[in-house]
Amino acid sequence: MTRLIQNNGRGNIMGETLLQVTNLTTRFHSRGNLIHAVNGVSFKIDKGETLGVVGESGCGKSVTMLSMLHLLPPAARVVAGTAFFHDKDLLKLNSREMQRIRGNHIGMIFQDPMTSFNPVLTIGDQVGESLIYHNISNRAGAEKRVIELFRMVGIPDPEARLKDYPHQFSGGMRQRAMIAMALACEPELVIADEPTTALDVTIQAQIVEVVKDLRDRLGIAIIWITHDLSLVAGLADRIMVMYAGNVIEEATTEDLFDQPTHPYTLGLLAALPAFQASKNSKRLSSIPGSPPDLRAEPTSCPFLPRCSYAINRCAIEMPLAHEIPGNGSTPHSVACFVNTQERITVQ
Amino acid sequence: MNTSPEPLIRVEHIKKYFPVKLGAYGDKKATVHAVDDVSFEIFQGETLSLVGESGCGKSTTGYTLLQLHRATAGVCFYKDVNLTELSDNQLRPYRQKIQIIFQDPYSTLNPRMTIGTAIAEPMMTHKIATKDNVAEKVVQLLKDVGLTERAVNRYPHEFSGGQRQRICIARALACNPEFLVCDEPISALDVSIQAQIINLLQDLQEKYNLTYLFIAHDLSVVRHISNRVGVMYLGKLAELGDKDLVFYNPLHPYTKALLSAVPQPNPHTEKTRKRQVLTGEIPSAINPPSGCHFHPRCPLATDLCKKTVPEWRKMEDGRFIACHAA
Repeated sequence: MTRLIQNNGRGNIMGETLLQVTNLTTRFHSRGNLIHAVNGVSFKIDKGETLGVVGESGCGKSVTMLSMLHLLPPAARVVAGTAFFHDKDLLKLNSREMQRIRGNHIGMIFQDPMTSFNPVLTIGDQVGESLIYHNISNRAGAEKRVIELFRMVGIPDPEARLKDYPHQFSGGMRQRAMIAMALACEPELVIADEPTTALDVTIQAQIVEVVKDLRDRLGIAIIWITHDLSLVAGLADRIMVMYAGNVIEEATTEDLFDQPTHPYTLGLLAALPAFQASKNSKRLSSIPGSPPDLRAEPTSCPFLPRCSYAINRCAIEMPLAHEIPGNGSTPHSVACFVNTQERITVQ
Repeated sequence: MNTSPEPLIRVEHIKKYFPVKLGAYGDKKATVHAVDDVSFEIFQGETLSLVGESGCGKSTTGYTLLQLHRATAGVCFYKDVNLTELSDNQLRPYRQKIQIIFQDPYSTLNPRMTIGTAIAEPMMTHKIATKDNVAEKVVQLLKDVGLTERAVNRYPHEFSGGQRQRICIARALACNPEFLVCDEPISALDVSIQAQIINLLQDLQEKYNLTYLFIAHDLSVVRHISNRVGVMYLGKLAELGDKDLVFYNPLHPYTKALLSAVPQPNPHTEKTRKRQVLTGEIPSAINPPSGCHFHPRCPLATDLCKKTVPEWRKMEDGRFIACHAA
């Protein structure tokens, strides 16, 4: 508990790098095929910062995070890359060292609160388990801490709900309990993998408010994975857009919405019905085609078949991320050969 | 869009209750009030959307209207025909005219049927096509939904989610329906694919003069596609009216809260926007609150709301609302 009080707001702790991932590459083996799930992903996150990771299903956003945490299924292998958390490379740790990090220093919130709990154990036991496991407190202390956590995430009547089983909790309450579980050991980083996708909008709004409030009070860094650009608009400091296992654009949230540059980001924003409502256009602009087959070795830009800006060079080489001028406090980088900004102004 | 004053579909006071068994041995009986006195009309060529949180009864309303569930009370009219009093056999000719697209394109196609057979089946059942011309009609339908004729001999697993949803749409269109219930047709799809399917639905509506009942929880999609919107809460309609009225000038406190909960894709306003976050959750439909179902979460609730169910009344601007305060 003492650690909680010492953090006073997140403004004065940002700027110090917490996690630095470089060239992370993960492959799946499937029926004799090699699936190129993550192809050299690099990013960093500072202390107390919120990073939004946006992309469609199968773009590698979850696999990137699972790779770092050694939570990949047996068919997958990390074939290259480093992931420095403070000064330790997570990818080089053995399973014992990794267990000390998971839950203790890095918390995880999974998408589906319905299936992430063990149905035959009480919620209180499951939320408190990591405290006992990491030797932070004994059984009685863990129970007290769980009550405190439940109050923090807004579960009413915590003393009684502690002894409830998962089926007695609603979806929204279970997701709150998941957040409590992720926060139990006061981690420095919480990875939230689509935590509100299975919830209704009004419950989503409640969860987002809880997370924002806790982040500001506790100064935790958050990686928020989602497919919904509108959701991270009000939440993230920085946004990273992924496509087919690559980071294709990264910028501060304001910069990304004001100056989207990669054709895929442009397409995603244009396809948002909310974005177009003001224009009262009859048709939604859509991205033609569907996401690429990840079995093929990536040699050209993965977005090429769906891209309306493509030039000859896109078919020959893979575009690498490079910085472009932006207004944000951190660099705006894009993996594209075409300067779409210029093309837009010319039109 | 030509909107004639005669409604194509008329739903009057429908109720759908499901009996359930509770307790460890199923000894306690209870009733889920899934749809509780809902009335609306849908006009030729328009799109009426039903929105609400999960469990509010929007899908059940759609199914009851199609007679996939038989209503506990109330009547559903298709033109002048009272569907609720027809037997299953008598209903069959009308099933051609009222069709449905389900949410999940992964579980609604038979994995052992080729796409061609799946699309041909309803046409053969209803004797709209003969063995000689069915192949030609299937190809035409596939073209309508943006697929090539190569799909005919392939199986569902060879297609992506978006393509499968196109196949489901082709199958729903096979019998030349006039009215389609679209039950969350895009919520299982990726963002970049959702826009394609919405455009397709709008193109088909124009081409065949279709009427849609669009069931969804994504409010921004609903704002784009519909002419009128109905907001449901715990088995009852809270507000129903012209899209622009409901979205830009909502009257019911639940509509206001629902709209406020939707994240906007604008970081400049979104980070400082004060949202009206509803406290609590949807109460159980087994034991709905007395009076107005929304009163335990409503910021405007008074004693009257706890006792009396608000009347479903028409406002001056043509919308319907059920609220004592508005």
